[in-house]
Amino acid sequence: METRFLELKNITKSFGKVSALDRVNLFIKGEPEIVALIGDNGAGKSTLIKIISGVLQPDSGEIYVKAEKVDHWSVAKARAARIETVYQDRALVVQQTIARNIFMGREKTGFLGFVRGKEQSIESDRLMRMIGFTSKVFSSDSVVAKLSGGERGGVAIARAMYFEADLLILDEPTTALSLTESEKVFDFVRKAKERGTSCIFISHNIYHAYDVAERFIILDRGRVVREIDKEQTTAEKLVRDLQEIAHRGHRPAEGGVGQGGR
Amino acid sequence: MMTSQVKPLSPDLDRPPPHKVERKRGIIVFMDRNRRALSALLVLAGLMLVFILLGPSTFLNPLIYTAIFRTLPIPILLTVSLVFVIVEGEIDLSFGSILGLSTWAFAAAVASGWNPFLSVVFALVVGGCTGFVNGLIVTRLGLSSLVSTLGMSFLLRGLIHVGTQGNGISLTFLNDTPFYQVSVGSVWGFPVHMIWGLAFAAVAMLLFNHHRFGAHVCCVGDNPESSREMGINVPRVKRLAFIFVGIASGMAGVLSGLNNQMFYPGSGEDLLMPVLAAAFVGGTPTWGGVGTVAGAVIGACSVGVIETGIVAAGVSHLYKNFFYGLIIILAVSGHKLNEPQYR
Repeated sequence: METRFLELKNITKSFGKVSALDRVNLFIKGEPEIVALIGDNGAGKSTLIKIISGVLQPDSGEIYVKAEKVDHWSVAKARAARIETVYQDRALVVQQTIARNIFMGREKTGFLGFVRGKEQSIESDRLMRMIGFTSKVFSSDSVVAKLSGGERGGVAIARAMYFEADLLILDEPTTALSLTESEKVFDFVRKAKERGTSCIFISHNIYHAYDVAERFIILDRGRVVREIDKEQTTAEKLVRDLQEIAHRGHRPAEGGVGQGGR
Repeated sequence: MMTSQVKPLSPDLDRPPPHKVERKRGIIVFMDRNRRALSALLVLAGLMLVFILLGPSTFLNPLIYTAIFRTLPIPILLTVSLVFVIVEGEIDLSFGSILGLSTWAFAAAVASGWNPFLSVVFALVVGGCTGFVNGLIVTRLGLSSLVSTLGMSFLLRGLIHVGTQGNGISLTFLNDTPFYQVSVGSVWGFPVHMIWGLAFAAVAMLLFNHHRFGAHVCCVGDNPESSREMGINVPRVKRLAFIFVGIASGMAGVLSGLNNQMFYPGSGEDLLMPVLAAAFVGGTPTWGGVGTVAGAVIGACSVGVIETGIVAAGVSHLYKNFFYGLIIILAVSGHKLNEPQYR
């Protein structure tokens, strides 16, 4: 079997008494693939993503990168493993310029840690042009607060693109985007795969997800309840699966896994 | 709803831009980038104009500026460093007491026969360490910096009172030594410590505008959660800013001790309000994420001339605080009007 790029084993995470993830296993193949993470609100999708990107530390469980166990997983280690994340909240600093946002946390620096501002703004201009997310005139010196929601999403995606990841994580990348903008995002995901980048994304739109992804992981109340390959299902079947899982959860008499709290 | 017929986005980077990149040049960009500092400059210019009109004999006399410059470097050092802490969304109210502590450290060291230059380093280390403790309290214990540095301010002052038993240390024996000349002497009537203050401000300006540290300070103050998600070590950046205030207070402490030719246990006590006012009059807003170091220097100058100006304008000293407050409120209202409009 070829080495898996990333593997999570028995990841458990709780916030106080609320269990967000319960012994979750997840892997990303060694060769590029697109995985959709789906599930109801509160299923633990965003928590799982934040653990993969290193923002949250799991309470227990192991993380393997290319079959090697990594201890003290962090944002820096995730980045070193070439994992890039576009967060649901975009992780922007809105009073700063586009260039500063793109290079946030890993500025291009020269002598004694001074930022090479000109280089950053040229690169940012190039990126914004490439992503083509413009409905009005702006430059890399523009403050992010002046941009529309879609354009802000564009900045977050441009940032992830710039650092050419091996694994790209998108947390609801298409919320608040227009139809054409969403199409651009998914087109970008496909293109990234062609270039050798795997992608995990969260979407509430099953049809979108079905269209782009090759593998579906359904989370329900902190557990991976189903893993399906695209060949084995259709969009309609996926929707039915989700509904079934959701309904099952609402009948406390059945199952009785004792995870309630909904 | 199928979206598989999306037109592929060309990955060709050299493609001409789909729109004309609007890049404003020259004076407009400069004014937009430095709008806060420029608005602070406007406040200072307005103040000077009023004072010159009301008290021409005082304000057209160069001697008044020499007098102002003798005390100005201390608020400049403090205000400039405070900008870093305010921009990252915190506050430090203990700088006055850190100043006192550093002055004491310097005076005690030099009085016990240490080399004065070594004593300066000692004072800076004391200031920096105190700032580090402030940073630890805020980042490790998660206390509000407003409250914890207020507590620290009292605590350090109490420490000085207990440690010195209320006695000052005279530094007159340093007068006319080469060390005194390079620290607080004067060059053609211009106080040397003003040069130190401005040099410090210049370094701070470089750090704030062009260094990774300044960029991180702005990001952390703008949105700490985003900063964390993008891999910035938020607690570390916060601690560094508190250390920076500590070092600046240490430097201000040495200069103020030398300028007064003595250390007294209450040194730095009266600086809290003017320096805070200077930071905000200088155009740094209270909400974090943005600020201006150049504005802080201008703000410190404004607050410096207000005191002299009110006296020179012939207003009864009973009105002093009233006008002081009025000017601060007017200045900050002016900055509010000058804020850029966002969606």
